[in-house]
Formats: sequence, C-alpha cells, structure tokens
Amino acid sequence: MAARKTTKKPNVSAEELKTYYREMLLIRRFEEKAGQLYGMGLIGGFCHLYIGQEAVVVGLEAAAQEGDKRITSYRDHGHMLACGMEPGGVMAELTGREGGLSKGKGGSMHMFSKEKHFYGGHGIVGAQVPLGAGLAFADKYKENGGVTFTYFGDGAANQGQVYETFNMAALWDLPVVFVIENNQYAMGTAQARSTSSPDIYVRGEAFGIPGEIVNGMDVLAVKAAGEKAVAHCRAGKGPYILEVKTYRYRGHSMSDPAKYRTREEVQKVREQSDPIEHVRELLLTGKHATEDDLKAIDKEIKEVVNQAAEFSKESPEPSVEELWTDIYA
Amino acid sequence: MATEILMPALSPTMEEGTLAKWLVKEGDTVSSGDIMAEIETDKATMEFEAVDEGIVGRILIAEGTEGVKVNTPIAVLVEEGEDASALPAAAPAAAAVAEATPAAVEAPAPTAAPAAPVVDMSPDWPADAEMKSETVREALRDAMAEEMRGDEDVYLMGEEVAEYQGAYKISQGLLDEFGSKRVIDTPITEHGFAGIAVGSAFGGLKPIVEFMTFNFAMQAIDQIINSAAKTLYMSGGQMGCPIVFRGPNGAAARVAAQHSQDYAAWYMQIPGLKVVMPYSAADAKGLLKSAIRDPNPVVFLENEILYGRTFDVPQVDDLTIPLGKARIWREGSDVTIVSFGIGMQYALEAADKLAEDGISAEVIDLRTIRPMDTGAIINSVMKTNRLVTVEEGWPQGSVGSYISSVVMQEAFDYLDAPVINCTGKDVPMPYAANLEKLALITTDEVIAAVKQVTYR
Repeated sequence: MAARKTTKKPNVSAEELKTYYREMLLIRRFEEKAGQLYGMGLIGGFCHLYIGQEAVVVGLEAAAQEGDKRITSYRDHGHMLACGMEPGGVMAELTGREGGLSKGKGGSMHMFSKEKHFYGGHGIVGAQVPLGAGLAFADKYKENGGVTFTYFGDGAANQGQVYETFNMAALWDLPVVFVIENNQYAMGTAQARSTSSPDIYVRGEAFGIPGEIVNGMDVLAVKAAGEKAVAHCRAGKGPYILEVKTYRYRGHSMSDPAKYRTREEVQKVREQSDPIEHVRELLLTGKHATEDDLKAIDKEIKEVVNQAAEFSKESPEPSVEELWTDIYA
Repeated sequence: MATEILMPALSPTMEEGTLAKWLVKEGDTVSSGDIMAEIETDKATMEFEAVDEGIVGRILIAEGTEGVKVNTPIAVLVEEGEDASALPAAAPAAAAVAEATPAAVEAPAPTAAPAAPVVDMSPDWPADAEMKSETVREALRDAMAEEMRGDEDVYLMGEEVAEYQGAYKISQGLLDEFGSKRVIDTPITEHGFAGIAVGSAFGGLKPIVEFMTFNFAMQAIDQIINSAAKTLYMSGGQMGCPIVFRGPNGAAARVAAQHSQDYAAWYMQIPGLKVVMPYSAADAKGLLKSAIRDPNPVVFLENEILYGRTFDVPQVDDLTIPLGKARIWREGSDVTIVSFGIGMQYALEAADKLAEDGISAEVIDLRTIRPMDTGAIINSVMKTNRLVTVEEGWPQGSVGSYISSVVMQEAFDYLDAPVINCTGKDVPMPYAANLEKLALITTDEVIAAVKQVTYR
C-alpha cells in the first residue's frame, strides 16, 4: 500500500474537487447498490466491484480529452460511470434487462459505448491489453491525435500477451497509456506471491517504455500523472506506463470471501487512505464546501443510484428474439 | 422508515445459507460498509456488509439458523428516533420467502428447412468473361491489392508480409505499392498482434491478419474467438469487428504434426465467425475480396500446396463471390461428393475416374464452411440420394460429420445409403514420407466410399 502522500496545497479549484467527489461517490454508491441487488438475486453470475479504487479512473478521466478511448477488464462499472455512460443503462445490464447497455446480452463484464469511446468490458484476463494497443494503432493510423487508456490489473500484468503488446507498442510508438491498477491481489494471490518484481512498471524499461508509480488513493496525484502520460503519448513519443497503487475493499467478485487478507488490513486502508474521504477532507479543510454542501451531493448521488436501480428492476427482460440477433453485422 | 435487510445471495449458485454469526446487535448504529453478519454459503463463509445506514431495530433470524432462503428478511433497520418495538418479533427460519425466479422462456424453435431449399445458383461471373490462367497465389495478392486500393482503412499485418514479401510470397509487391504504414511486419507474437489487429478493427480499421500458418494462430485463438467473434453479440450490436484472418491451413508436405493441422472444423463451430476455404484461384480472389468487405470477422483458410496451382480466373472488374454460396463443380446423378479447399482435388479426381466406370458424381465445393450452404447439399442429395464428404481434417467432430447430421435431419427420406465421411486419419501427422501418405486422404479412398454408397 502506498502511504497516503497527499498533495499538500493542491492547485485545484473548488469546483474540480467537488466534481471528483461527486464522481467517486457515484461509483461507490453505485457499486454498493450493485452488491445489494446481487444479494437479492437480481444480478447473477460474476460481479466485480470497484469500491476502493475510485480515484484511479476518476483521476485519469480528468486527464482525458474528448475522443480519447478507454478499455478495461471485467472490473468495469467504475470506468463506465466515470466516462459518462448512463448509470441506469449500466445497472440494467447487470440485471440482464432490455434497457441494459448491451441489451442484457453482455452482463457485468461486457459493456461498450461507441459514443463515449468505451471499448469494454473484457472477461479474459489480459486480453484487453493488445486490444487497447490496437485502438491506439487505429488512432495513429488515422492521425487523429487520440490516446487510449488501457487498464489492467496486477494479475493481468503477468500475462504473456501484455509483454508482446509492450514490445509492439514501443516499436510502433503507439499512443497508449498502460494503466496498471495494482490493487495488490490477483484474485486471492498477493502480489508478492505472484509477481517476481516488487514494482511492475519497471518491466516497461526493458522495452524502452517510461513509467512511474502513482498513489491511486489520491485523485489529484492520479490526474497529474495522467496528464503527464497523455502529453507524452500525444507528443508522438509512444506508450507510457502508470502503475497506480490502489486497493479493493471487497472480494475479487461477489462470491469471494477474501480470506487471504485480514479484516484489519482492509479496515486500515479504509480509515487511513480512503480516496473519497481524502477529497472530502480537502473540501472541508480548504473551506471549499460545508458539511451541508456535501450532504446535498450525497443526497443527489443517492437519488441517481436509486433511479438507476429502479430502472434496472423495471426494465423488462430482453425479448426472446434477441437470442438470435447481433451474431453477424 | 424501516428497511428490511434480506438474506443475500453471495455466489452465483447460492439458494440458501446459514446465518453463522451476527456481528451487530439490536440497537447498534450501522453505516454503509459495516460488516453485519457472517453467512455460510455452500462454498465459504462470507462477511455481509450493510448498504444503508440506520439502527438495527430487530434481528429476525437468530444466529446459527441453517437453511435460510435467499431474500428472507433477516433484520430490520430503523432510522433514528423510530420505534423498534412495533416491529415483528424474530421469525423462525422456516418462514423463508421463496426466491422469485423469472418464468422460463422458450427459445423460438429453429424453422425446419423446406423440402426443397431455395438455393442461389446464379453464375459467379458473366459466361462471356475473358479467362486468364493465374495461380492461387496471384489471385490472393490481387484481391488484397484491389481492396487496399479501394479502401484506405484496409491494411495487412503479419510475420514477413512486408520486406520479405511474404513467407509464401502472397503479399509480393504490396509493400512497394502501399508502403510500410499499410503493410506491416510484426514480431513473431501471434497472440499479441492478433489482439492489436482486433482492437484496431474496433477502432474503425479493416485489418487483414496473415498468419504464417494457421497452426500458429492457436497462439491467438483467444483473440479470434473471445474478442473478434463474440463482441458484436456481447455489445448488443454496437461493436462490430471487420477483420480477415488468413493464411495457409492444413498439411503442406513433410512438416509433421505441429505444422499440418486443418482447422476448418474448429472455427466452423463459432457463431460470429465466418469461415472460408477456397479451392480455385477465381474463388480465392472473389471470396477474399468479399471477406475483406464483410463487416464480420472472417477466418480465411488457404493451402500451401494450392498456392502454386493455376486456374482460369475471369478478367472482370471487381470479382466478388458472396460468402455462404456453394459451387457445383460438376453435375452428376448417382452420388453427391461435397468437399472444400484441397479436399476438392481428391473429389474431382475421384469423379473423373468414377465416370470411367459409369458412375456420375455431382461435386459440390462448399467454398464457405460457415455460413454453410446446406441447401445446395440437400438439393443435390434429393437428386442423387447418396452422399460422400471429403476433407483433410480429423474424423471426430469433422465438417463432414456436421453435414451428415444436417442431411439426416433434413433429407433422411431421400438417402439410399449411409453418408460416408472421408477424412484424414485420426493420428497426429507423421514425418516419414510413407506414413504421411497413409495419414492423408487419397483419391482411392474417395472412390471406394462412392462405390460403397452406390453399392457397386
């Protein structure tokens, strides 16, 4: 766990801080609600929650420009909310309904939005890494100045295809930011038991890809690192690696009892490094917002999430004809 | 307002569980994320967290209760100042609420094929087209060049496709004409570059991926199937993948087990993929051009032995042949022989020899394995009443075994003999020349099969 090293006097406006607070809170409340709906049997199969990791995607989205692309693994709800996809559409996909972003045919792990440049949502560990480099390949080919954020975890970082991709991304100067969301557990296996090097980003050095460690519990630090990485890519200098140290509070998926770590370990992170509490503190101590202001935001978010949940329950199951559609274009 | 807390489902298969331990008691204040109870599922003991904040007003299910059905109220949360005494007392576990399950839906039944399927028998090119002798290699190269000229988004990627001019010289001259931006040499990393190509197709390009052979595409098969073939469906129709995976497939000569496999039956199984396996140069050209234009992922299986073979190719502007349309190579009345790719060589040789014995064989080249023109096969079987399939791949789960099952289901009453599948032998390809010859399908085996189904 990266120690809390907050930006002491952040050069950031009150509005920006409130935006990050709101976006991170939306992800957390959404995920809590998803966990609840799973418990009620409304969501089936696998459901991987993003609670604890909110600052990673919110910070990086703050560094992105219109037209930039993003792609990630199956722990994808936070990414979709952060890039502006409809909470109701995401939740209705989780419940497998017609109003879901994939019409109920993809589920938690497989959602996409061409409009928001979100390319999934991929269920095979590491497979999204070459796909993300391929999106960057298309941007470079079309010379449109776009950058692709390719997210993967510390577990996926041991996949062979990641290093095949590093090699080609460096060889061809692809505008891709590889974001290693290091939450320190590859499902139930701690990083020290699965990964030969304590730092993962250094593996890029072998390919000539620069990289750095980022405190993923500090949204401002993530944003600053993201801006640096994006500038590198947009300048035509090829890929960049951000190893963002973060922590997931919940199990790997809903059915993971998480016995591989102690309750105290989780509690300690929650108390000392929570990314939302961090911004809350900045807002209050900087007198950018009052308790009442934040309560109003909490209420507003709760309302958004409740509406998403209602929509996801009311939206009908897909029509039986949908079984046979979208197989071929 | 009081909120009921329900027994949660904590795994994809959980229907009931044991409420092992309460970690809160009545009167405690909880906020979202606090651990409230430990619940034993069929797999593990899980901690159960509060979602809402409030005061534990009543615990309805005592700890230690087994068999608590999912969605049974287990506790009630109240807000500050709310009277908990009005709430119902703890209920026994027996008062479990049955989990609501959505009514089972019946999938629409596949429509039965009509007795005589309507089949596209139109000629692929005008009868008066000028013909020129070309190799399959030239036809494939011309197809790519023509499509690259017509569409800036089409590019070719693979091992040795650019400066080396193609390991089998299929991409000869393309680097000179289109430059290194569109004709791209890759490192020898099939898994990675197949994934990059698929990603670029999601990003709006139309890649042609050359595998030096399809044996090496096994390294990339996850990207071909899980990423390229399934994403359109998983995205509810949003994210298509226009891509062609092409290269030589099947046995060459004396390259042994790891370099001699026919993958037609493997890829044929995947909904979302189209699978093409041409025999002649004209078909190679017309089908590859269609494959490049197709908005779906297409696996295009070529054959090293056929690359140097010459065929007549019609000299027409923009020769395209629709995917999914079989070709009747020769008409006949006594037996139908269905094949594709290099299998056609044995089928046609056999038909020539059978004619000398007075047996008239109709030979169908499937050309596309998926979607398969089963209508053309059934129409022919309705005429000949006998069927032999020919392919180089292994027998178990072969293309021929699928054709047999379709014909049995849709034209059983027309069959006068059991269908025979001529396939490669059920062994890894041996190196020794004599053994390799034995492992491959032969014309004599096709002739013997035809004689068996015609009772000659």
